[in-house]
Amino acid sequence: MKITVDEEKCCGAGTCVLTAPDVFDQRDEDGVVVLLDESPGADLQASAREAASTCPAQAILLSERA
Amino acid sequence: MSEADERVLDYPLPAPEALEPPAEWDELRQRCPVSRAKLPSGDEVALLTRYADVKQVLSDDRFDRQLNQPDAARLSDTDSGGVFNSEMSSTLPQGGEGHLRWRRLLNRWFTAKRTNALRPEIAGMAEQLIDEMIASGHPADLKAGLGFPLPVWVICDVLGVPSDDRDRFSRWSDMFLNLTRFTGEEVKTAEREFFEYMRDHITAKREDPGEDVLSELIAATAEEGEPMSDKQLAATGLGLLIAGHETTANMIGKMVAMLLADRDRWRALVADRTLVRTAVEESLRFDANSGLGTVRYLGEDADVAGVELPRGTTVMCSMAAANRDAEAFEGAAEMDLSRSPNPHLAFGAGVHSCLGQALARTELQVTLEVLLEKLPTLELAVPAEQLRQLEGLVVGGLREVPVRW
Repeated sequence: MKITVDEEKCCGAGTCVLTAPDVFDQRDEDGVVVLLDESPGADLQASAREAASTCPAQAILLSERA
Repeated sequence: MSEADERVLDYPLPAPEALEPPAEWDELRQRCPVSRAKLPSGDEVALLTRYADVKQVLSDDRFDRQLNQPDAARLSDTDSGGVFNSEMSSTLPQGGEGHLRWRRLLNRWFTAKRTNALRPEIAGMAEQLIDEMIASGHPADLKAGLGFPLPVWVICDVLGVPSDDRDRFSRWSDMFLNLTRFTGEEVKTAEREFFEYMRDHITAKREDPGEDVLSELIAATAEEGEPMSDKQLAATGLGLLIAGHETTANMIGKMVAMLLADRDRWRALVADRTLVRTAVEESLRFDANSGLGTVRYLGEDADVAGVELPRGTTVMCSMAAANRDAEAFEGAAEMDLSRSPNPHLAFGAGVHSCLGQALARTELQVTLEVLLEKLPTLELAVPAEQLRQLEGLVVGGLREVPVRW
């Protein structure tokens, strides 16, 4: 799994951090997403997928290629 | 268009019971995804009920909340159009770069990290309120005893307002959001009192900054060379109060009512607390009584569900109807406490999606955790079908949530 984030689209709601705190964080100064792990291991993939599908700004893109 | 499409619905649609969805939703989603609806003001909107359409319009940043456009639909027919047409919308940027800057400044106060840091404080508030409720004995109204005070206590903390003034904030927010229960004169008086209070409060924060959102906005915008005016700060305070109080207050009441309406749900949570997070999300999705929905003004023509909507149309996005769309959620009519993922639209979508959603989620999760801990035997004191819907307009809720334990 490969994750990319779109900082321009991000609205800083923090949903991804609440869902997958090992994969996503937020910048302190404006709440914009910070990607901690762009290719998370098997144990984190379900929560990363959930974070991508619940992102209110659709700012998280997943590609399932290894 | 077929004949059915020409119907003009009276909006909001009546629901058969307080926790049940309006009978029309299924039919509208299937046959009439863009329908005509008349607001209490008499003005007409295009009503959207399908998940895909609601998400599309909310996510399109060309459409914003310019409801001060001369041809935009008004919610109510009071002179002012309510608090939404007053200070806030004229003082704060509603779209574009200005909105983005304001939003990102506020975001730093509402990040998941900061919200998580508030957990112990919120848990302390919930414990205090529940203990007081237990001391007064049952049956008790969980909405008045817990749901209503908790979020206003949290907002007061965020704004740096001392705990002695929480009751005044609670009363003001009640008056601002209730478009029918108070006279225009009463609401104006409340607005004046609120802005007088905020003026003094902001002056005090400028002189002696604290650990609150207003102090931080003062410092951050001064540093950027574009300081926020007192008026903008006060309007921000008003925005946070009305966005963060009644919505969360009513959601606490509805969440507990939904979880107790079928006691198997409550028992499942008592047995397995790891369900709390997904149960909160499912309560947000399942809430059929969330209020009017979100309005968008189309500044240009738009194609929605194959229907050409002309420029100047006001669109009503029913997130609650979208959240029950069987095209988007398997078993949409069933409450599934472990549903995951749960991409519901209770907080909206796109650049205007709820700023305080991490805080709201945290308040709901903590409240539920403390309730499960302190009152595992909690039950409704009336049959669920006797719960009564709150009269009013902007935010949907229950009048009271009678419980015993």
